[in-house]
Amino acid sequence: MSPARPHDRQDAPAGFDVLFCGERLSLLGARALWWAAQSTLVVSDLHLGKSERVARCTGVSLPPYETRDTLDRLETLIAAQRPARIVCLGDSFDDDHAARNLPLSDLDRLRGMMVGRHWVWVEGNHDPSPPNLGGIALAEFALGPLTLRHIADPAATGEISGHYHPKASLRGQFRPAFLLDRTRLILPAFGTYTGGLRSTDKALTGLLQSDALAVLTGPRPLPCPMPR
Amino acid sequence: MTSLPPQILSWFAARAWSIHPHQHAMLARKDAPATLLIAPTGGGKTMAGFLPTLAELATGNHAGLHTLYVSPLKALAADIKRNLTGPVTEMGLPIRIEDRTGDTSATRKRRQRADPPQILLTTPESLALMVSYEDAPRIFRGLQRIIIDEVHALAESKRGDQLMLALSRLQALCPDLRRVGLSATVDDPQAIAHRLARHPDPCEILLADPGPAPDIRMLETQEAPPWAGGGAAYSIPAVLDQIRQHNTTLIFHNTRAQAEIFFHNLWLANEDSLPIGIHHGSLDRTQRERVEAAMVRGELRAVVCTGSLDLGIDWGDVDLVIQIGAPKNVKRLVQRIGRANHRYNAPSKALLVPANRFEVVECRAALEAVRDNDLDGDPLPTGPRDVLCQHILIAACAGPFEATDLYQEVTSAGAYASLSRAEFDACLAFCATGGYALRAYDQWQRLLQRPDGRWQLRDPRASTRIRMNLGTIQDTDTLKVRLKRSRGGKPLGEIEEGFAATLTPGDTFLIGGQIVRYEGLREMTVEVTRNAAKKPKVATFNGTKFATSTQLSARILRILNQPDWDDLPPHTAEWLALQREVSQMPRHGRLLLESFPHEGREYLCVFGFAGRNAQQTLGLLLTKRMEDLGLGPLGFVASDYATLIWGLEPVTAPQDLLDLATLRDGLDGWLAGNAVMKRAFRSAAIIAGLIERNTPGQRKSGRQASFSADILYDTLRKYDPDHLLLDITREEALRGLVDFGRIEEMMARVGTRLDLRRLTRISPLAAPLLLEVGKIQIKGAGIERLMAQEAAALMAASGLAGLSQ
Repeated sequence: MSPARPHDRQDAPAGFDVLFCGERLSLLGARALWWAAQSTLVVSDLHLGKSERVARCTGVSLPPYETRDTLDRLETLIAAQRPARIVCLGDSFDDDHAARNLPLSDLDRLRGMMVGRHWVWVEGNHDPSPPNLGGIALAEFALGPLTLRHIADPAATGEISGHYHPKASLRGQFRPAFLLDRTRLILPAFGTYTGGLRSTDKALTGLLQSDALAVLTGPRPLPCPMPR
Repeated sequence: MTSLPPQILSWFAARAWSIHPHQHAMLARKDAPATLLIAPTGGGKTMAGFLPTLAELATGNHAGLHTLYVSPLKALAADIKRNLTGPVTEMGLPIRIEDRTGDTSATRKRRQRADPPQILLTTPESLALMVSYEDAPRIFRGLQRIIIDEVHALAESKRGDQLMLALSRLQALCPDLRRVGLSATVDDPQAIAHRLARHPDPCEILLADPGPAPDIRMLETQEAPPWAGGGAAYSIPAVLDQIRQHNTTLIFHNTRAQAEIFFHNLWLANEDSLPIGIHHGSLDRTQRERVEAAMVRGELRAVVCTGSLDLGIDWGDVDLVIQIGAPKNVKRLVQRIGRANHRYNAPSKALLVPANRFEVVECRAALEAVRDNDLDGDPLPTGPRDVLCQHILIAACAGPFEATDLYQEVTSAGAYASLSRAEFDACLAFCATGGYALRAYDQWQRLLQRPDGRWQLRDPRASTRIRMNLGTIQDTDTLKVRLKRSRGGKPLGEIEEGFAATLTPGDTFLIGGQIVRYEGLREMTVEVTRNAAKKPKVATFNGTKFATSTQLSARILRILNQPDWDDLPPHTAEWLALQREVSQMPRHGRLLLESFPHEGREYLCVFGFAGRNAQQTLGLLLTKRMEDLGLGPLGFVASDYATLIWGLEPVTAPQDLLDLATLRDGLDGWLAGNAVMKRAFRSAAIIAGLIERNTPGQRKSGRQASFSADILYDTLRKYDPDHLLLDITREEALRGLVDFGRIEEMMARVGTRLDLRRLTRISPLAAPLLLEVGKIQIKGAGIERLMAQEAAALMAASGLAGLSQ
């Protein structure tokens, strides 16, 4: 891991570049990872269909716009980065039922984004079955020297994962954040209705070494020592 | 003379007590559908409410529940149970009296449902829960009377709206139900009566003899009060003197933080080690109960407290009430003083302690208002729709309902009498489907319409979740404070989550009268250690600040415009005279603005006298306008009477800033993204049932990924800006924290009569504002820059920044 300069291409979303296990990765303020050498965009925990599942399980009708909002933001990123490959790092759907019952309009948009791209669905704990949407579904995905999986394996190195929805605070403000040390990188959740787990939680402090960084997302990504 | 059963008459006779005239009057009106009794504390108000019940139950012929008693406090219900059971036993009446609150055990609650007592004492929330049961008709069968205590306190809150909606259900179940309200002195009894009675039933108002007028004065001290601040530390020696001279003194503060600081200072000066306690809502319940018990036993000479003691129980021998800081509201002051004194025929004695020079004027205004019996009050708002949404869900829990029936029931509650059918239907639609412009997943709607047209829960199991989330009390998110390494030890109290987020290890703050050091956060508990420091580094945690009422503000303006101030202490009179000399006094029909340079910045002080919340909103709107005009505002601070703005350029054309239409535009556009609106949204979303605070099995999962209310708010604004909840949010915010009504009132009062005074230096009246806490920076690009700076500093300090390849 090694922090470097923020890259400032005019058209690109703001990112913070790190050298992670020998690979240059850009941690985007828009809560996604851009791996230029592989032309790969990684997003984690989309939780598509969340409001539908909440209504189904609890009767509470959340504003049913989060899938649209999540897809809007994903579309914007794809238009800016033009990735050849997209990896969805698990919990892409809020559950298997939600995956099968996305509104047609949302499905069409998703299919539109998949056209002409290598699309990888890594399975998550919310969506263990492969979606019937094309692309390939994998339990984990090895790319270059790195392994991409949903839940971090405490024994693994060179690993990129999601699952925890990490967030961190600066000046009393909490924001979704990337957490990383020399061997492990945990992505923030990309989905619109996703709560967060504070970086101070022992589930996270137990996974990351003492010199870990948190990179807060937002208009400009903000790196700082991971609050413990 | 009303006829009373012999058991009751002989009980009074044996004690040589006579029945008060208002108790007779209540007996005479026992068959009226609704009666409001206004009586001072200690005047046998509760007995007046219960006498007709005791008389009716004396025969022993009544089966089941006869009288429901509802009070805003659990403790009050328990207290009344004690105070009523005694006489009833002595009279030998065949009456069972029980209470039912959040503290009642599940076993006991079950038994009460199966076999209700004749008199049940409860709270609005517990009543709402009972109304939601499918067997509510059976539980309440035979109910004759409902007594609502402290109805003045309930009528001003959503708890009261919820109670009156529950009552509309009860009235449908028990058409002969009679209503009695017991109230302290209020400004507008008619408004309370309108809410109490079934609309459009009449409601007679009975006024009991108010007793002798209270003896209220300002505390004279050797030392002059400071220019600003709310601590009143200067008054400590004089207050200690007063404590020594009285049996028991209650010392009221406007905020919890101020109470903590004052208590701390009082102890440092308490050389005689007088037994003095502290009591406020952030303290742990066991600690509060200990203080209450010591109070009842007469072991304490003084208690430093906040409004949490306002609706207090029988406080024993309180013979002095001290109010620290100007009372922002005359009615609350009078009720506070009346409450503390439980001796019916002795005048209540109270002292006001101004915390700063300006509060001397405010205290004087309050004293005059009390003397003139001019109680302040804003007209009660119409029934809030988030509470109605919750009520619709409660009705659905009890069983299928006809929309038209429920609408008629709801509009029989005074607060909802003017609710239109369309508004009701929108609330029903929200409860059923969420009421979104985009109709999604209709098969999962919460309520569905059956073939017979009635509405019911889609999934009956949802009733458990709905019941778990009943109630309208809005707790801010708080974290428990606990001593480190005292697992299972008692918590010291609670602090707001927002305050906890600003702490870094090593910071010291006050809680429960002691200084503690922040060590860290552990599983949502703030861990602290005891600290021997003399002075807490972080002085305060947030507390509610009340805004000075419209009526009191008008009186203050009148005092400021007296020809001289011989009736005020010299230090204050001289200060005001100096203001008149170097600038001018703010006047009622005009708006004074002062512009002056100070320490390299340009200042503008707007003396609106609109109350703290409105002056704060005015600050937000004016700085936005100044930003647009290129005046480079940097920040502002607001008090009850003025807003002080600083920036790069002087303001020369105030009419460009203060235009009502422009201000209102700013409100719609820019303020919508403000934290105040988000707070109002969160509250409405929780009450209306969109956000569940409690879910089954929540404790187990621990990190239930809760969606943030802010994200829901942003999403709705983006995709469904006309949604019902946003409409409710605007309505709530405008009359609550944003208080735009007071800005409109101010603009109507001053019209175009703006007086801009350009001064060479800060004026005497503006100077205290520089010392006010709660300065607000203009956010936007600025906050990003500050966060980036801090991140860079942390990186540099950690040595991680040097790790580049």
